[in-house]
Amino acid sequence: MTERRKPTRGTYLVLGVPLAFLGVFFLLPFGIMVATSFYHRIPGGFYEAGFELASWRRLFSGVFLERTGFSLLISLLAGGVCIVVAFPFTYFLSRMRRRPHVALLIVVMSALSLSEVIVGFTWSVLLGRAAGLSNIMVWLGLMDEARAYQPGFLAVLLGLCYIAFPYCVLTLYPSLSRLDREVTEAAQTLGASPWRTFWTVVVPISRPIIMAGFLLVFVFTLGSYLISAILGRPEHWTLSVFISDQASFNANVPFAAAMALFLTVLSLAMVGIVMLIESRTRGAA
Amino acid sequence: MEARGGLKLQGLVKRFGEVTAVAGVDLELPAGRLISFLGPSGCGKTTLLRMIAGLETPTKGRVFLDGEDITDRAPHTRDIGMVFQTLALFPHLSVGGNIGYGLRIRDVPKDQVSGRVEELLALVSLEGLADRRISQLSGGQRQRVATARALALQPRLFLLDEPLSALDANLREQLQVELRLLQQKLGITTIMVTHDQREALTMSDLVVVMQAGRVEQVGEPLAVYRRPATAFVARFIGSTNLLEGRATASGRVRLMDRELDVTDAPPMTEGERVVLSVRPEEAHLSVADRPAGNALPGTVVFVRDLGEFFECYVDCGLPDPVVVAGSPRERVGVSQGDRVTVQFPPEACVVVRA
Repeated sequence: MTERRKPTRGTYLVLGVPLAFLGVFFLLPFGIMVATSFYHRIPGGFYEAGFELASWRRLFSGVFLERTGFSLLISLLAGGVCIVVAFPFTYFLSRMRRRPHVALLIVVMSALSLSEVIVGFTWSVLLGRAAGLSNIMVWLGLMDEARAYQPGFLAVLLGLCYIAFPYCVLTLYPSLSRLDREVTEAAQTLGASPWRTFWTVVVPISRPIIMAGFLLVFVFTLGSYLISAILGRPEHWTLSVFISDQASFNANVPFAAAMALFLTVLSLAMVGIVMLIESRTRGAA
Repeated sequence: MEARGGLKLQGLVKRFGEVTAVAGVDLELPAGRLISFLGPSGCGKTTLLRMIAGLETPTKGRVFLDGEDITDRAPHTRDIGMVFQTLALFPHLSVGGNIGYGLRIRDVPKDQVSGRVEELLALVSLEGLADRRISQLSGGQRQRVATARALALQPRLFLLDEPLSALDANLREQLQVELRLLQQKLGITTIMVTHDQREALTMSDLVVVMQAGRVEQVGEPLAVYRRPATAFVARFIGSTNLLEGRATASGRVRLMDRELDVTDAPPMTEGERVVLSVRPEEAHLSVADRPAGNALPGTVVFVRDLGEFFECYVDCGLPDPVVVAGSPRERVGVSQGDRVTVQFPPEACVVVRA
């Protein structure tokens, strides 16, 4: 290892500006939120400074636990669906000839430029009864009458997957495009069909990146707000919608702060657990 | 055991868009031998090997293995074992996992797999390393694992794509001998792609020299060295002096103002342009003033003396200086600027196609 040079004033400046930014605009609000979660709520009014565990105690209420369970479930599902679709997609994309390869990659990436609001309302129209996809099905004679697929659970899941898919592809792409072609060819010369090569070589080699992609979608959709608010009924609301509902409509800011902190801890815990499992299995293999 | 793995290539052509990688190759390769495809990079030797493996589809032509047309068969049904240039070991599997991969794909029972893996590890002198991870192995050990993995299923064809190119020179020479001895012991039909002429001459029964997508010459290693068919082969395998002259009526070759005798010359018409290849170590120097027989007079322009070996560049009035090489014993005490005579023994002069 080369000896580290003593940091110069320039280094401090380059590091210092973003650090100061993070401190002022992330750590400070975060600290305020931690404090707020212990404040006293004035029913029908606002809140006042104090120290009580009332908001934290409410985390054990049925409604909240139910929302948490639902959020975890739909995020895990979205992560699973995204990986199942994005992994083979990205693998075959990385094996395509240069021109269609780049074109397809650009199409996928351009989906990133769409805001969650636009995606949410577009799907809301497409899945609706008045101007939705089912009208095309009726027109084609495949269905008897148009129907609405939103609001509903599958509509929310679809919206979340749509938003997260390009991120998932972006996570998988660098590693899959670097996968040595000769490794898969070696498997084939040893008698493995392309299908078996995929399952016995490509997937096991890519396990760490599959976990990373899954985790990214999971955390990303766990914090998603608009999609479930637009495409779901109240029973399909994720924790984020519930939090904002508490903060803006019920004016219960201390409870919203406690829930937001809980969500952060939950996300971090999930990341930690997956990383732990990953390092365990790698050590054992 | 009857030798299996006789291979016949018929009119093989491979184009990648505008680029022709292989421009029509017809070859019949004997079973049980080690055959090397030798040529500079980009000559199509790897593409040819990959078409035999089924990893590339020929644009034209057929591939026959033991008389059976396998051109349209997928690689995993071809009964081949291949060692890749990058070795292409499976990083997620142990040494044993790599070697036993093909057996497990064929659903061989577990206890038989581990038995066979031990056998193969012994074959490549890696006993007891079955549980190691690939990342814990040295370059030479990895090469041996790749070899064992390719041989696990006792394939009909053993294909090697520059198998030793990732290793340093000393280890490479050692493994050349090991691989050759292993091939002879198993009697397996082996095709090796290499750009290293020493490697090809060390290991092969038969050398196929390729250039620009075509076969230049097929022959036993020493025959290819001693009697190159073309100027390209003469230059690519070893070093040589190419002397351009004209055929005379008596079947000799006129060079400058002298006529040289040539042993085993092909039929030549009088006045035809002829290129002679003479290996530097087959030419001799003498200080005789007047050249007699197969000889040219000249002036020494440079001497390279490395102790174990010396080389002398002589200007004979030809476009390039003639190089004469030999052991120090043959050194006749010449130095730069001396007038000398270069002898070309008739049996050392080989007529090559330009």
